[in-house]
Amino acid sequence: MTLPNAEKLVEILKNKINEIIDDKTVLIGVQRGGELILQRILPGLKDTVATGSIDTSFYRDDFSSRGLKVKNKPSKIDTEINDKHIILIDDVFSTGRTVRAAMNEIFDYGRPAKITLAVLIDRNEQELPIAPQIYIEKISLSKNQHLELGLDENKKFIFQLKDSHV
Amino acid sequence: MFNPQLNSKGNLNHLLSIEGLSKEKIIQILDTAESFLKIGERDVKKVPILRGKTVCNVFFENSTRTRTTFEIAAKRLSADVINLNVATSSQSKGETILDTINNLIAMNADVFVVRHSSSGAAHFIATHVKPNIHIINAGDGNHSHPTQGLLDAFTIRKYKTNFNKLKVAIVGDILHSRVARSNIHALNILGVPEIRVIAPKTLLPYEIEKLGVHVFHDIDKGLKDADVIMMLRIQNERMDGVMLPSQEEYFKTYGLNQTRLDLAKKDAIVMHPGPMNRGVEIDSAVADSDQSVILPQVTFGIAVRMAVMAILAGQHS
Amino acid sequence: MSILIKNGRVIDPKNNIDADLDILIADRKIAELNKNLDPKKATQIIDASKKIVMPGIIDLQLNLREPGNQYKSTLESEMKAANAGGITGMVCPPDTTPILDEPGLVKMLKNKSEALKLGNVYPLGALTQKLNGKLLTEINDLYESGCIGFSQAEKPIQDTEVLYRSFQYLSTFNLKAFLRAEDAYLSEKGIINAGEISTRLGLKGIQSISETTAINKILEIADLTKTKVHLNKISTAEGLNLIKIAKKNGINVTCDVSIHQIFLTDNDIGFFNTNCFLKPPLRKEFDRVKIIESIIDGTIDAICSDHSPVNEDNKLKPFAESEYGASSAELLMPLIFKLSDENKIDLSLLINKITYQPSNILEINKGNLSINSGADICIFDPEHPWEINSKTLISEGKNTPFLNQNLTGKVSSTIFNGNIVFNGH
Repeated sequence: MTLPNAEKLVEILKNKINEIIDDKTVLIGVQRGGELILQRILPGLKDTVATGSIDTSFYRDDFSSRGLKVKNKPSKIDTEINDKHIILIDDVFSTGRTVRAAMNEIFDYGRPAKITLAVLIDRNEQELPIAPQIYIEKISLSKNQHLELGLDENKKFIFQLKDSHV
Repeated sequence: MFNPQLNSKGNLNHLLSIEGLSKEKIIQILDTAESFLKIGERDVKKVPILRGKTVCNVFFENSTRTRTTFEIAAKRLSADVINLNVATSSQSKGETILDTINNLIAMNADVFVVRHSSSGAAHFIATHVKPNIHIINAGDGNHSHPTQGLLDAFTIRKYKTNFNKLKVAIVGDILHSRVARSNIHALNILGVPEIRVIAPKTLLPYEIEKLGVHVFHDIDKGLKDADVIMMLRIQNERMDGVMLPSQEEYFKTYGLNQTRLDLAKKDAIVMHPGPMNRGVEIDSAVADSDQSVILPQVTFGIAVRMAVMAILAGQHS
Repeated sequence: MSILIKNGRVIDPKNNIDADLDILIADRKIAELNKNLDPKKATQIIDASKKIVMPGIIDLQLNLREPGNQYKSTLESEMKAANAGGITGMVCPPDTTPILDEPGLVKMLKNKSEALKLGNVYPLGALTQKLNGKLLTEINDLYESGCIGFSQAEKPIQDTEVLYRSFQYLSTFNLKAFLRAEDAYLSEKGIINAGEISTRLGLKGIQSISETTAINKILEIADLTKTKVHLNKISTAEGLNLIKIAKKNGINVTCDVSIHQIFLTDNDIGFFNTNCFLKPPLRKEFDRVKIIESIIDGTIDAICSDHSPVNEDNKLKPFAESEYGASSAELLMPLIFKLSDENKIDLSLLINKITYQPSNILEINKGNLSINSGADICIFDPEHPWEINSKTLISEGKNTPFLNQNLTGKVSSTIFNGNIVFNGH
C-alpha cells in the first residue's frame, strides 16, 4: 500500500494546532514521534508556547509481559501544567494505551484544565474509550504491522511500515 | 564460567555482583537510572511501574541506611515493601537462610533485597530460588555490593562524562571492602585506564593487582593527578589491633585532608559510600567542600536502585 | 571357602609384580599366585579379564563419622562406601562426636567395626584432650585400646611448648604423630587459598606460609625429640620442598596428599561452589603441578581419599558457613587410574601409594599380595564408564567437587579377609 506523505500531514497538523493555541496551551510531544513533530512545528506557531516531552516507559500497562524498555530520553515537563490546556502530540494513534499511560504521567505533574490529543494518523484500532480530537488521516492496517514516523537522509519526515515481532 | 545472575537468554535475572556484567548491561542500567533521577525531582516522586509487586528487604546484617534507600526506591516504583531484620528474628531461632527466604516466597514476594555478612550469600540464595524470583545483593560479606558499584559509576559519569581517560584512586580498607571490589570491577568494565588502590599492606587483599589495579602505599603518590578519589570507611573494630595501631596514626598517614586533595587534579571529585568517620579517613573540611559529591551519591543511589529493581522485575525467564 | 581370581592383571608393588596372573584365596589367605591355576581348586571363580587385581587399598584419611550424631552417615554406610572404592584398611581421624580421646570410645569403635567385617579400622587417637591443644590424652592407654597413632585432626596445636612435650612423650614410647601442618593463628577463620580467587570472592584466605611455618616447626621438634611423624594432606609446593629437604637430611618423616589436591585448584570454586570447600584449601595450579612431581619423585609417600561425607543441609549454606569436606572413598582408585592415564605415570607406582606405602607408614604388614598374607584384594575395571552422582555413590555423603562428571574405571569387587564384601558389576 502507499503510505501518506508525512511532510504534508505534519504541515496540516501544524495549521490545525495553530487554530487552537492560546496563552494557556502547553504542547507535549510523546516520544519519539510526537516529540519529533513538536520540534518541527514549534518555529511555525503563531505564539510562543510552553512545551514538554513525555516518555511513557514507567507508565505502560504491558510491563508485566514485556519488561522495562527504556530507549528514549527521560520525560521532561519543566513548565507549570495546573489549569493549562495540554495538546498531546503523537505520530500514530492505535489502541489508546500509550495515551492512557501519557495522561497518567501528566497527572503526576499536575491537574490540567483540558487535554486535547492531536495525531497524524488514526489506525482505527481503538481499545480504550480514548480517541484523538485532531487527526489528519484514518488508515486501517493489519495488527502485526507497525507504523512509525521517521526521518529520511534529508531530514524529511517519512512513514515506515514494519512487520512487528510481537 | 556459569554466571548465576544471567538467565538463559543472557538477560539480568538477579543482581549479585558487578563481575560478569557486560559494559552494555551496566550502561543500560545507568541510562535507565538517568530517567528515574528525573522522577525524584518531581512533586509526585512515584511511578506505577511495580504496582502490585512486592519487594522484600531481607537484612541478615543490620544497615538502616542501605535498607532505607532500597525502601524508598521500591516505594517510588509503587511496589509494596516488606522490611525484615532477620538478624534479630528467625535466624536466632535456628531457621536456615533458605527456610527464611522460602517462607517469604510463599507470601508471594517478587524481589528480594538481601544483605548478609557471609560472602556468597546472595549467590547461594539466587541459585536456590524459583526462576521468577529476583535477588538483589545489597552486600555480602567482603565480596560484593553491586548497587553501590553502579551508583558510584553513575556519579562519576555525572561529573566526568568520559570513563576512558580517568585516574581513579580508592583509599582505605580494601581488604574488608565489598564496595572497593565492586568499584574495581565496574571501573575496569567501563574502561577506566588507571585504577589505583591506596592502603597500608595490612589492609590490602592478596594479589589485588590481578583484579586490574595499581597498588600504592604512599597516599601522596597515589593521589597525584587523580580525577576521582573514593574514600572507604574504616570500621572501628579494625583500629587498635594488628591491622592498624590507632585512629590518629591512620588519619595522619592515610586520611584525606585539603593538602593531599590538592595533589589531585583541580577538578577532582571526592566520594565516600558512607557512613563517614570524620577525622578518621576524611577531614571534615574536605567532606563538606565543593569537590565532595558524597550527598549527590545518596540521591543517585536511589535512582540506580530504582533502575535495577525495574529491570529485574520486568524480566521473565 | 576358596576363591580363584582368574585372568586379571595383577599389580603388587611390594613384590614388584605387574603381570597377568591368577590368584587363589584359601583359608582367608593368598594361597597361590601363578599363571593358569586350576579352576577345580576353588569353590568360587571370579573372572578378572581386562581388570586390575591389586591389594586392598589402605586409606590414610577416611572419616567414618563414628562415633557421631548419625544424621545420615553411619559406620556401616561409610565402610560399605569404602569397600565400593576397593578400600579395606581405613585410618580414621579423632575429630568425631565425641572426640576419640578416651580408651572406651576407641574400644567401642573397634568392636563395632570388627563386627561388621567390612575392613580393618585403624583409629587415630586424639593427641590432646578434646583436641584442645593443651593437655595430653592417656596415650599409652589409647594405644592399647587400638589407636595406631595420634592426631589433632583439623585442630593444630597452637602452643609450641605443648607440641614439644607431646612429641617427647610420643617418642618415649616410640609412637607416631599424624599431623596436618597448619599454623592455627595464620589460618584462623581462613576459608580458601589466599590469592586472586579469595580476593575476588571476598573469602578469607589461607596462605601457604600457614602450612610451611607449621611444617618447619613440626620437623624441627620431631628431629630434636626423635619423634616419628607423618604429615597429612600437604597442599603447597613450598611445603613439599621443605619435606624433600628434611627427608634428605634423614628426618623420620613421611607425608600424604589428598586426591582432591591432585585434580583441583581454587579456580574450581567458581561462584561459591561449597562442594569445593575443603581442608586444606584447594591451592593453585603451581601447587598442583608440584604435587604430581612429588608423587613421582617420592617426596609424597601416600595418597589418601580424605573422605568426609557431609549432610546435604550443611552444604546448603553460604560458603563460609557451610561444612568443609567431600565424599571421595569411591573416587580414590578411579582417580588414581585417571592420573596414571592422563599423566603417563606408572600405575604400579601410584598403587604403591595407596597400598603398601600406607601399610609401611602404619607399620603393619598389609597392602601386598605375598603368599600367606591376609586376602584383602581390590579388583578394578579400568574400562567401566560411570557418572558420579547421588545415585551412583554409595556413601551417604553425596557432596563431591566431581559431582555429575564422568569417569572411566570403577572398582568391581572388593575382598576383605577372604570374603567378597563388595560386588559391583
